[in-house]
Amino acid sequence: MPSSESGAMPAGEAPLLRVEHISLVRGNTVILHDVNLEIERGEIRSILGMNGTGKSTLAAVIMGLSGYEPTGGRIYFEGEDITELPVWERARRGITLAWQEPARFEGLTVEEYLRLSQQFGRNGQLGPAECLSRVGLHPQRYLHRAVDDTLSGGERRRVELAAVLAMHPKLAILDEPDSGIDALSVELIVDVIRTLSRLGSAVLLITHHEEVAAVADRASSLCGGTILKTGDPAAIARFFRNHCQECTHVNKPAADAVAYLG
Amino acid sequence: MSISPQQTQSPTLDEKQPLDALVQSFASAGGDVAVLLDPNTAKLVVHQNRILRVHSVAGVRIEGAETSTGAEARIIVEPGVRLDRPVHLCFGVLPKEGLQEIVSEFEIGEGAYVRFIAHCSFPAAERVKHVMDAKIRLEPGADMEYTETHYHGPWGGVEVLPVAKIYLARGAIYRSVFKLTDGAAGRVHLDYEAFLDEAAVCELEAKVYGKARDHIYVKESIYLNGRGARGLAKTRIVASDECTSEVVGEIVGAAPEARGHVDCIEILKGKRARASAIPRLVVQDERAKLTHEAAIGSVDKKQVETLMARGLDEEQAVEVVVKGLLR
Ligand SMILES: Nc1ncnc2c1ncn2[C@@H]1O[C@H](COP(=O)(O)OP(=O)(O)OP(=O)(O)O)[C@@H](O)[C@H]1O
Ligand SMILES: [Mg+2]
Repeated sequence: MPSSESGAMPAGEAPLLRVEHISLVRGNTVILHDVNLEIERGEIRSILGMNGTGKSTLAAVIMGLSGYEPTGGRIYFEGEDITELPVWERARRGITLAWQEPARFEGLTVEEYLRLSQQFGRNGQLGPAECLSRVGLHPQRYLHRAVDDTLSGGERRRVELAAVLAMHPKLAILDEPDSGIDALSVELIVDVIRTLSRLGSAVLLITHHEEVAAVADRASSLCGGTILKTGDPAAIARFFRNHCQECTHVNKPAADAVAYLG
Repeated sequence: MSISPQQTQSPTLDEKQPLDALVQSFASAGGDVAVLLDPNTAKLVVHQNRILRVHSVAGVRIEGAETSTGAEARIIVEPGVRLDRPVHLCFGVLPKEGLQEIVSEFEIGEGAYVRFIAHCSFPAAERVKHVMDAKIRLEPGADMEYTETHYHGPWGGVEVLPVAKIYLARGAIYRSVFKLTDGAAGRVHLDYEAFLDEAAVCELEAKVYGKARDHIYVKESIYLNGRGARGLAKTRIVASDECTSEVVGEIVGAAPEARGHVDCIEILKGKRARASAIPRLVVQDERAKLTHEAAIGSVDKKQVETLMARGLDEEQAVEVVVKGLLR
């Protein structure tokens, strides 16, 4: 399995996103180390990795959040170097992020929030009500709710996904959109990711669930702050399950792996 | 308080102008004029120390008397009355200077339900003082909502002193919102005190947007004296420019199963704004439980970045957060 990120790129055209040798050091801690990543237009890419391995950090670096300025490396979007651009300028170029724990807003209704999200996006075909339906929230029951702490965790995450749909970005970074979503609704989240892709958004999907990661065209495993391997989602899931070691004996794991996995 | 009722039927010539202006300012602040003027709406309209309108409806008696500095009012809601349309109170001083002291008594009968919309308008104020001194008594099971919205001009020349003492009998419910987010606040000194009997519920909320050299002081005190009484003192303040803001949220839990919470957010916009918050929780019965949360500082970074990740620039994002908070 080639771990190289290039090759899939159509000649002469820059990939949608190119992350080049990104590193991030905080004090003495290396959080990201020489991360290289390329995402094509409309591609769904999942990122697998253990807790604390740097997935959310990578998302924050790509979005340009304050406090996440890379120590080294560059980020290109449609060929343009965006490493120094503020969050909102990246957003206006078509990047957005759905947080692992989305912010709450007092006095802002779901409808207003979705309209704000639409304002600077590509004015996709989907209105607020349609976006809510897609994430399994009944528009009549939710449009007038506040995006505050009266929404449950799962509801809030769904509203965030709906906002991403409303924005219709070129690249949606989704940080664990499936966490806190009930088992029956995980398929719905996968559908939303497919919809995003069908409408022309690329998706960088951070998830701990193999069945969700499987929606991706390709997957990458992030380990110890760097991308170890990129390839077919099933193969990467296997690789990850095997502690990021090349091993084909997934049905007869080594005794120490059994002990480790309990 | 004994007041001889004064009923104004149609306005005389020198009343018409201020009445129109107050109605106009009520409308521009988003009020429904049709409802205000409707003869089925109970109301009291006072300009400086002139009562322009006072109107009672079945179950709600409003008595008003002019004083040298303002007006005295008595509002009585009979037991069991459930009013589907709010009572409108409209106060104001239209010239640049003036004093208005409104001394009022509210008596809400057992099991009654009533909402009040109070609108205070000082559009040209350069030196205006407005005092609201209210005594509010809710009989058992009564349910009252009181929303007071201020509309101030841009010069910051208003001194606002709302003072209320609220007595809640068993099972009574009282919710109030004080809102001063349009124009310059001026000097605000709010002091609300509520005393709760068994199973009564009280929520006091103040929202103020301070600008220029405004000075804001908000004190909300809730005494949970009866078993199972519940209280919430909530404040939302945005202090910009050189505004200073001080919030005291005080709850005393003096009965079993009493529950109280102080919830204060003050946002500073600008290097020279200042804010402080002093929660004071006093527990006098070990079975009572009081909590508080306060956040003072700049606008929450995650909220702003979330909106920026949708394409709003920083200023737009801050405005959305602030507007929502004060809504
Ligand atoms: N401000 C900080 N200072 C030092 N270390 C930090 C700081 N913020 C995050 N880290 C560390 O950086 C590492 C990466 O964190 P990150 O949130 O990116 O992990 P993650 O892969 O998203 O994990 P999870 O699966 O739990 O969401 C963690 O070890 C975390 O403890
Ligand atoms: Mg994470």
